[in-house]
Amino acid sequence: MSTPSTTAPPAPAGPRATPAPHLSLRSRLFRLEGVSAPYAYVAPFFLLFLAFGLFPLVYTMWISFHRYELGSQPEWTGLDNYTWLFSNPKFYNALLKTITIGVLSTVPQLLLAIGLAHLLNYRMRARNLFRVSMIMPYATSVAASTLVFAQIFGRDGGLANWLLSLVGLGGLDWRNGDLSAQIAIAVIVTWRWTGYNALIYLAGMQSISADLYEAAALDGANRWQQFLHVTLPGLRPTILFTVVVSTIGATQLFGEPLLFGGVNGGALNQYQTLGLFMYQQGWVFGSLGRAATVAWVTFLLIVVLVLVNTGLARWRDRDTEGARR
Amino acid sequence: MPIERTTERTAERTTARTRRSKALAAAATTLVGALLITSCSTASSGANGASASDGKTHLTVSLFGTFGYEEAGLFDEYQKQNPDVTIQYESTQGESTYWPALQTKLASGNGAADVQGIEVGRIADVVANQGDEWTDLKGTAAGEQVANYPTWKSAAATTEDGKVLAVGTDIGPMALCYRSDLLGQAGLPTDPAQLAAKMGSWDDYLALGREFKGKAAAGTAWTDSAGGLYNAIISTQEEIYYDASGKLVWNSNPAVKKAFDTSATAATEGLTAKLDQFNDPAWDKGFGGGAFATIACPSWMVGYIKGKAGDAGSGKWNITSLPGGAGGNWGGSYLGIPKSSKNTEAAAKLVKWLTDPEQQAKVFEVGGNFPSNTKAFDLVSGATDEYFQGAPIGKIFSDAAQSAPTQVLGPKDAVVKTSLVQSLLSVETNGVSPADAWQAASKDLANQIG
Repeated sequence: MSTPSTTAPPAPAGPRATPAPHLSLRSRLFRLEGVSAPYAYVAPFFLLFLAFGLFPLVYTMWISFHRYELGSQPEWTGLDNYTWLFSNPKFYNALLKTITIGVLSTVPQLLLAIGLAHLLNYRMRARNLFRVSMIMPYATSVAASTLVFAQIFGRDGGLANWLLSLVGLGGLDWRNGDLSAQIAIAVIVTWRWTGYNALIYLAGMQSISADLYEAAALDGANRWQQFLHVTLPGLRPTILFTVVVSTIGATQLFGEPLLFGGVNGGALNQYQTLGLFMYQQGWVFGSLGRAATVAWVTFLLIVVLVLVNTGLARWRDRDTEGARR
Repeated sequence: MPIERTTERTAERTTARTRRSKALAAAATTLVGALLITSCSTASSGANGASASDGKTHLTVSLFGTFGYEEAGLFDEYQKQNPDVTIQYESTQGESTYWPALQTKLASGNGAADVQGIEVGRIADVVANQGDEWTDLKGTAAGEQVANYPTWKSAAATTEDGKVLAVGTDIGPMALCYRSDLLGQAGLPTDPAQLAAKMGSWDDYLALGREFKGKAAAGTAWTDSAGGLYNAIISTQEEIYYDASGKLVWNSNPAVKKAFDTSATAATEGLTAKLDQFNDPAWDKGFGGGAFATIACPSWMVGYIKGKAGDAGSGKWNITSLPGGAGGNWGGSYLGIPKSSKNTEAAAKLVKWLTDPEQQAKVFEVGGNFPSNTKAFDLVSGATDEYFQGAPIGKIFSDAAQSAPTQVLGPKDAVVKTSLVQSLLSVETNGVSPADAWQAASKDLANQIG
């Protein structure tokens, strides 16, 4: 259990221990390097972030205060785009659909993922094969998986309707229904991301000490009780992380609904998410200012959602801690 | 024991260090690679980089979808005829990605090719708003073509002060494609002339549809979609969404309302297969699977049908003129030369050659894009198509092209059309009443362009 420092003293202690006044150029450079190297190492990220993260963010805000049609000059209109957006029923529709599809996909996705991770955490044959295959859907392109699912959810001769007919239910027009289309899209999203989340949970589970399980087993806890009282509490930070990431993903949902049925998101915009709505404004109707407004409002929405998520988690933490005391 | 552990740890630490430095090296390589790629692409997309050291003129051509030039070997042929010219060609598959990208290049005055394609839906916008971004072709070689076009085709690309910003590559004269096997089973005439004789108007077309519906096999509708039917009816009109003075009149234009109502009737009576054109994968399958018996088809859709219905569909499809023998137009593109081009003269010569009758006829043979040059009409008028039971497609489309009206195009045409077609889809797939659907479109459009 000894630390390496007992056999070898920490290397940096040597030069630092020498008195300051007479430093050779070499050691000065050495110190300078020690001080500046971390900044140099992190600089590429922050430079790239400035160029591809912060600048577009600020520029998008600037554009959102303009009437800016594709192929013409921007023209300052102040908050016009925002009043247009907040008085537009299509925006609220897109917001609602984003939330409903988000809930429909995120909740089953995370529940399935945690269950799968729990199963994969057991000792079993070909465990690694199963673990690797979990990530396969994530590695598949959105286009490919969506096209396959569009066939599955086809009105005439689709697999989903065939399965329904086995239990005596009539054929559904998945694409054109309201809830049915949203469910179909949620299934695509769930299919793609469940394995990804499962692997994250698995990593989290493996950091939970085996001692805890042993102790719980000695106390007579069965596997379900172990899952409930050891795994779940130990996974809390991981769960928070996946919830935040999935929420952000759900808010930006774009590729799946687009490929499923075009930029309108259905005849009654049944599955027009905020992402589709923004794309439609910008690249179909050519109103870049309005698209920028949608982008900014979406961004703010994500920030609020993330704050709510972490706030809830902290509140729950405090709550349980209080209960323990 | 403790000594062993230490060596083990040092070993671990060294491998960790080498791994870290490897990762760093990899990151650096990626970064450098990325920079190289971007610099390369800016170099090559600075396509207007005029004639190089070899004394040749390098022309860049940037198009979308399938114009058929490459497919018909025209670029190679031109380079053979003009050894001092080399052509660099690229095509983006989707027009909706192609156009926004081109806009940013035009706005920055950098990166646009010497010759760029323009879809007909964009031409009104180009003429109205981008007069200073495109070369006036009037004085150039390409400008000579204008006299050879149907007036409506060249009028659409001419500004109010007479500048010609683009010349047409093709047009989309309309006809009616139908499954003669399905019509035969329902006891309707399968011969193109007899069928045409029964369709004096769009109302006759609907009446025929009702007759079809009574006898047809389950799962087969009269036509594919209300939106497609609407598009066909409206394509025969002169003024659609804008009047001649450029005012937005879609809401008060009786022709628009009539077309909307006719299509909505077809939808509510169950004459449509409820398939969203180009969006629903089942629409593609429907060409071969017999989901619908008739579809209004512009000339370029002939190739589309062959592709989707495949060999199994050969001999099942046939083609006749639109109800009432009306000539309509749906689609067709243009070629323009951005102001930023440094090879305007050479580019104009290429455009002239590509839009010559002989070349347009070759493109028609390969892909079905119908010539916009009236002198090419004669060259293609004798064309027949074995796939369509040997139908005289050349004559059908030539007739349709000649009787097509001079359409008034406007910058927001696409927005209005999208909204109306979407509303019609809600009538057929979601049971919205036609009146409510019209209201919804009105509200939507007031919000969008009002």
